[in-house]
Amino acid sequence: MAQIFNIVPLEHFIILSLILFSIGVIGVLLRRNMIVVFMSIELMLNAVNLMAVSFSAHKGDSAGQVFVFFVMVVAAAEVALGLAILVMIYRNVKSIDINELKQLKW
Amino acid sequence: MENLIWLIPTLPLLGFTVLGLGARSLPKGMAAFIGCGMIVAAFLLSVGLAGPIFSGESLSQDLFTWMRGSRWSVNFGFQVDQLSWMMMLVITGVGALIHVYSAGYMHDDERHNYFFAYLNLFVFFMLLLVMGNNYLLLFAGWEGVGLCSYLLIGFWFSNNEYNDAAKKAFVMNRVGDLGFLLGLFLTLTVFGSLNYSELFAEGADLEAYGSTAIFTAITLLFIVGAAGKSAQIPLYTWLPDAMAGPTPVSALIHAATMVTAGIYLVLRSLAFFELAPFTLNVLMWLGLATSIFAATIGLKQNDIKKVLAYSTVSQLGLMFFALGLGAYVAAFFHLVTHAFFKALLFLGAGSVIHGMSGEQDIRKMGALRKVLPVTFIVFLIGTLAIAGIPPFAGFVSKDQILLAAYEHSPVLFALGIGASLLTTFYMFRLLFLVFYGQSRADHHALEHAHESPLSMTLPLGVLAVLSVVGGFLNWPGLMGGNFWLQNYLSPVVKEAEKHHHISHSTEWGLMGLVVALVLATIFLAYQKYISKAAVPAEDANEAGVGKVLNQKYYVDELYDAVFVKPTQALSAWLGRIFDPKILDGLVNGTGTGLVAFSSAIRKIQDGAVGIYLFIFAFGILLLLAFQFLF
Amino acid sequence: MLTSFVLFLPIIGGLLLTLFPGSRVSKWQALILSCVAAGASISMLTGFDPNAGKQFGIQLQWLPTLGVDFHVGVDGIGLVLLLLNNLLCPIIILSTFKQTRDHEGLFYGLLLVMQGAMTGVFVSYDLFLYYIFWELALIPAYFLVLLWGTGERSRTAMKFFLYTLVGSLLMLVGIIYLGVQQETPSFELAVLQSVQLSPSASVLVMLGFMLAYAIKIPVFPFHTWQPDTYVQAPTAGTMMMSGIMLKMGLFSIIRWVLPLMPDALFAHSSWMIWLIVIGIAYASVIAIQQKDLKRLFAYASIAHVGLIAAGILTQRADGITGAVLQMVAHGVNAVGLFYICQVLMERRGTNDIASLGGLRQIAPWFATAYFIVLLGTVALPLTNGFPGEFMLLSSLFERYWPWALVAGTGVILGAVYMLKSYQESMLGAPSKADFADLDGIDKLVFLPILAAIILLGLLPNAIVHLVQPTIEALVRY
Repeated sequence: MAQIFNIVPLEHFIILSLILFSIGVIGVLLRRNMIVVFMSIELMLNAVNLMAVSFSAHKGDSAGQVFVFFVMVVAAAEVALGLAILVMIYRNVKSIDINELKQLKW
Repeated sequence: MENLIWLIPTLPLLGFTVLGLGARSLPKGMAAFIGCGMIVAAFLLSVGLAGPIFSGESLSQDLFTWMRGSRWSVNFGFQVDQLSWMMMLVITGVGALIHVYSAGYMHDDERHNYFFAYLNLFVFFMLLLVMGNNYLLLFAGWEGVGLCSYLLIGFWFSNNEYNDAAKKAFVMNRVGDLGFLLGLFLTLTVFGSLNYSELFAEGADLEAYGSTAIFTAITLLFIVGAAGKSAQIPLYTWLPDAMAGPTPVSALIHAATMVTAGIYLVLRSLAFFELAPFTLNVLMWLGLATSIFAATIGLKQNDIKKVLAYSTVSQLGLMFFALGLGAYVAAFFHLVTHAFFKALLFLGAGSVIHGMSGEQDIRKMGALRKVLPVTFIVFLIGTLAIAGIPPFAGFVSKDQILLAAYEHSPVLFALGIGASLLTTFYMFRLLFLVFYGQSRADHHALEHAHESPLSMTLPLGVLAVLSVVGGFLNWPGLMGGNFWLQNYLSPVVKEAEKHHHISHSTEWGLMGLVVALVLATIFLAYQKYISKAAVPAEDANEAGVGKVLNQKYYVDELYDAVFVKPTQALSAWLGRIFDPKILDGLVNGTGTGLVAFSSAIRKIQDGAVGIYLFIFAFGILLLLAFQFLF
Repeated sequence: MLTSFVLFLPIIGGLLLTLFPGSRVSKWQALILSCVAAGASISMLTGFDPNAGKQFGIQLQWLPTLGVDFHVGVDGIGLVLLLLNNLLCPIIILSTFKQTRDHEGLFYGLLLVMQGAMTGVFVSYDLFLYYIFWELALIPAYFLVLLWGTGERSRTAMKFFLYTLVGSLLMLVGIIYLGVQQETPSFELAVLQSVQLSPSASVLVMLGFMLAYAIKIPVFPFHTWQPDTYVQAPTAGTMMMSGIMLKMGLFSIIRWVLPLMPDALFAHSSWMIWLIVIGIAYASVIAIQQKDLKRLFAYASIAHVGLIAAGILTQRADGITGAVLQMVAHGVNAVGLFYICQVLMERRGTNDIASLGGLRQIAPWFATAYFIVLLGTVALPLTNGFPGEFMLLSSLFERYWPWALVAGTGVILGAVYMLKSYQESMLGAPSKADFADLDGIDKLVFLPILAAIILLGLLPNAIVHLVQPTIEALVRY
């Protein structure tokens, strides 16, 4: 497994995942559409996953990969629940713009 | 009799109350009767005190404690000594005559009854002023006469010019009163008392209490008050304007009594003044300056009452001049004779105005001696008296002042003569223009011109007699007299010993000189206004010095520009900008600042997810930065 | 007992009245209640000995753990203020008799509660109890402006309330600080007097107290709530506030600050008096150009109460005696002046000076009443304004003469603005429009006021006699 690092050095994985994570952060901060925010969050999670997998391979320790599976499962559940809430919000207020959702109650 | 002292001021007060409350129900005759009756009764009661007064006693009566501080107290009490008794006689005597005169003069006025009510109130306050046995009561009367002056100047209050004149008089007097008040505070602080009996007790050593500086300060402050009430520079401008009031008011308040309160105050406080030579000097120069200044203005006035008003200012200046010279008796003597002849002149002027249907401009009169014969004779007597023709009252009193000036210095004597010659000139100018020459009145006024009724001419006659014989009150020893007034006043007013006595021949010489100069001046006036029949120009046509005099040296305009306008501007600025905008702006600014601050920081928890997320991310960055940097 | 009766009668009566806001007879009930309170206060006068200090006292434990007692009583000064309060209130209630308004029960109830609360301030000898009444008086005042005011009343009421409250809170801090100085907390005047504070603490506490009073009185530069509030409050409310309520502040300086922090006050009185006397000239100058009569009187009031405050701060017996005299005089005159505003408002619907004028011929009684109140206000001798003003100015002069000079400009300017307003609103060519002269109720209101103006001018000694022993015991300088 570790020989992949001969082709693509570890630094590249780290840089890629940093870039992905940053894109995610910026997406969360700047976009107002809640779906895009969600997607950005997924992006951040996947950036972390990538990082975890890379280090797992680099160190030859499989615990990292186990965690990645965990994250993926939780993320799937979260998306399912989050999208459901989103749909409910949209039905109620006809908007998924997060800046308009400041009432904290309906 | 002595127990009835309280009744003397109370009677006019009672008259005021009855007339004031019944002003609209009492018939005019009744009101006039009550008004005159109260004053006559007060006069008779005052006369009744003659016995003890002539024997040199001083009477007093305390009614109740009026005001009390921790260290001092002041009674509502009266003190009648030789000085105040003479004042009381002048006030109630001349007052009674003027009341009688008013019954005729004001007969057709719809507010006739109020007029008598106010006059009675005035007499009450004036009596309080002279009879009070302490400075506080004097001040009460002092302010009270100011109030009556206000009410009577603005008696015809439909006219706002008159109201302005009344307000000006009151406010200007208040400026003086503040000085007087401060003087009283200083007296109270230094001596711990305001009662004459304690301050000026026989043998009291005032000098033990304070330095010359203190006495100078007290007396200077008193002079500020006296300058306000007695219309001296710089507070004199209200008096000519005060002529807006009915003529009897001008005679009683603004010539005979109220305006002499300043002289009374100085005489009352002589013990202080004697210890303040600087103040006496100030008094002398102030009086002389006022006398000459007002007399020059009088040369170019064309309103019969204004001329008399400036003459009053000038004569009051002469009295202060005499006080400053140390000729206290002469000053008081002139006060008394002035009360006679100036009241006479004013009432005579009132009779002219009455006869001419309200015309006051001397350019529209002339040749009235045939139409108003009685008025002419009394006016002539008054003019001779004020000009100083022997043996009229004014001559004797004025001569004593001039003599005192000569003793001081010939320069002062010359200046004093200058003032009195100016007086002579404008008074004869007035006399000639009104009663001689060609008639310049319009036909309408002339047709209705008539001599005044008996109720007006009778007081004129009495005053005319007094103006002739008044001089015998203090007839000089030189001419076989015995200085009666001087001896009479000696328990209260003691003149300093004269340093160098003037010989009889010098005295005769000076007297002759004065009379000769006066006669020459009369001749000058005769030349100009009868021989050449000159008539004063219209105000607009005056030029040069004449215009300046006609416009009263522009002092009113000066005061307006220096005091009135800036105060109004300041008031407007403070009231419209500073107070609501700046000062209240600070208060409101605190409020709006708080609101702004609150609306700024409420964003962090008002439910905006975007900001939450931003702060969240920013916070993590901050933590990381913290981690790396430290 | 009598003190408690006078104290709680209006409060309880007032609260009962507020339960029936729609009642049409509540004005009569209020009048009777306040007259009873007035009668009880006068009866206190008969048994009062000026030399005996606190009298008609009652002291009950209230909150023992906090050391708070219910302790009331009157000394000479308290009695005079109590009388002022309880004698003015019937007049003020009477002055509203011609008006109809919504929720009369509530209106009169609030007036009575305010009266009672102010009585509480004057009779409390426990600082905690005093503070309760101090703030209680504010609540009815707030609602009077808010519910029956004119113009921007809600904004004005809010500002008035918040401004005075902020000041009071600092005083509360001071009160608590003073109260917990002993082993067992106590708020008794007598106990607090024995407390020795450090000089710096004493200054801070004094400043806290003085700020509350400076705002309440109000003195320059804390006065900006006052003109708006006076103008927009219903006239009865204005009378209550200017006639009586601001005396709470002045009285409190005498009752609490003078005995508790005399040295701190003396050390700082110089700049305070400077501020106040400048404020006198300032308010007087502003009053000259005011166009609204009520606002003019409001500024005049600032000048007058400023002089009273300055006199108290001199800490001289004459100054404080003068202050008491002038408090009474100002109370009477303020009610008179604002009633004049109300008479004009009733008949002409405006207090704008320029649109009045020419009334003296057609309403001679009114003109006379106005003029006499004016004389009292400009402190003409033999009216009630003079004795107090003389003693106040004289005490200022005695301590530092320039103060008297600056404050004395108020004497001159007072004549200017009062005569100017009188001339413009009353004199001049007769007004064409109708103006009914005073009717029965008006005369009934004016009569006691005018009588008081003359009588207190002639016999100020009646009041001095009551208060002088108390004051002599109070002053140390």
